[in-house]
Amino acid sequence: MIKTDILIIGAGPTGLFAVFEAGLLRLRCHLIDSLPQAGGQLAEIYPKKPIYDIPGMPEVLAGDLVDGLMKQAAPFKPGFTLGERAESLKKSEDGHFVVTTNKGTVHSAPVVAIAGGLGSFEPRKPPLGNIADFEDKGVAYMVKDPEDYRDKRVVIAGGGDSALDWAIYLADVASEVTLVHRREGFRAAVDSVEKARALDKEGKIRLLTSAQVTGLSGNGRLQSVLINHKKKGGIELETDFFIPLFGLIPKLGPIADWGLDIKDNAIRVDTFDYSTNVPGIYAIGDINTYPGKLKLILCGFHEATLMCQSAFRRINPDKKVSFKYTTVSGIEGF
Amino acid sequence: MESIKIKAIDRDGVGHTIEAPVDMNLNLMEALKGSGLDVKATCGGMALCSTCHVYILTEHKLPEPTEDEEDMLDSAFLVEDNSRLGCQLRIEPDMDGLAVQLAPDGD
Repeated sequence: MIKTDILIIGAGPTGLFAVFEAGLLRLRCHLIDSLPQAGGQLAEIYPKKPIYDIPGMPEVLAGDLVDGLMKQAAPFKPGFTLGERAESLKKSEDGHFVVTTNKGTVHSAPVVAIAGGLGSFEPRKPPLGNIADFEDKGVAYMVKDPEDYRDKRVVIAGGGDSALDWAIYLADVASEVTLVHRREGFRAAVDSVEKARALDKEGKIRLLTSAQVTGLSGNGRLQSVLINHKKKGGIELETDFFIPLFGLIPKLGPIADWGLDIKDNAIRVDTFDYSTNVPGIYAIGDINTYPGKLKLILCGFHEATLMCQSAFRRINPDKKVSFKYTTVSGIEGF
Repeated sequence: MESIKIKAIDRDGVGHTIEAPVDMNLNLMEALKGSGLDVKATCGGMALCSTCHVYILTEHKLPEPTEDEEDMLDSAFLVEDNSRLGCQLRIEPDMDGLAVQLAPDGD
């Protein structure tokens, strides 16, 4: 079991800065994030985009801001559980919270700070009416084990790197691979696009461009996909598997079931210390809501700072918080 | 403050007429979201998520989509010739009377 003082759910900018502020108060932090790397949306969605509203930094690339936050947090030796989604939260007998991930990693802490942004990133599911009926019965939103597709017919949809990479990889595994994409151009790496076009010429995969999957049919198990081709019109293609790869989208997910006061996919907090309705659980950054809330990184930093003061008082009810300026006391790591 | 009227059809097929000021540097996504329509706008308007995917229903002359917008439309569903990302359309006076429909949202 991983034990810490403040268990932070979400390793985006707000969560990372909380490590620093907690560290100044001699509190240790551990972060859980469903993405394989720290940085949240900044690292996953827009690492190369400039941000202009970080005080004192007229322009900073999102990826560079994450690097800076990691460096700032480093003296306080945060722990990370990455690539795992915080799934369940329970209270143990000693009053600590026990948070278990989808992969079974168990964490325990007296304080939980939810800094989950818009939620955990999950594959996007196409709005095809009956798609849920075929999940695990021919429809998969990610390739877990390529061997599942050995000698099977596979239809992949999407035009990004993962769609092309899997189409290329599965060319040697599956009996038949069709990649359906809405236009002629792809947004994937040039190498992959060239390779896929070559495989298409060799007849090893089939690129069906200017086409979109519009329906699914089957009898208990997926049997065919309906495709609308710009020129050829409707096509029904028999297949064993359909893998739509349309990127990731954040969802609140299991946090919604933790007994927190939730309004419009955000957690209601008290702006005194960003505490939730559950004593000991705080919510900071984009995931919280309160009158006047703005989803800005700089607001998340402020919220993280006040949260840490309150967490300190909660963890050390007998101690007085000694507020110090870093210019006076410097940074004393662990 | 000068404003224009835009008609927006939500995912239940209900029409809403919204007013959007033209001097606030707003984009269509912000105007729709600000009027209470269910537009997630996950990425905040950077053409990075496609959750503001709309169909343009009128013949208004709009700026052509950039390569970024085309790329991001790849992760939208049921993309048609009249598909656009709301975040990439700046509200301009000549958009008065524009009608749009929110595209189906993936789950």
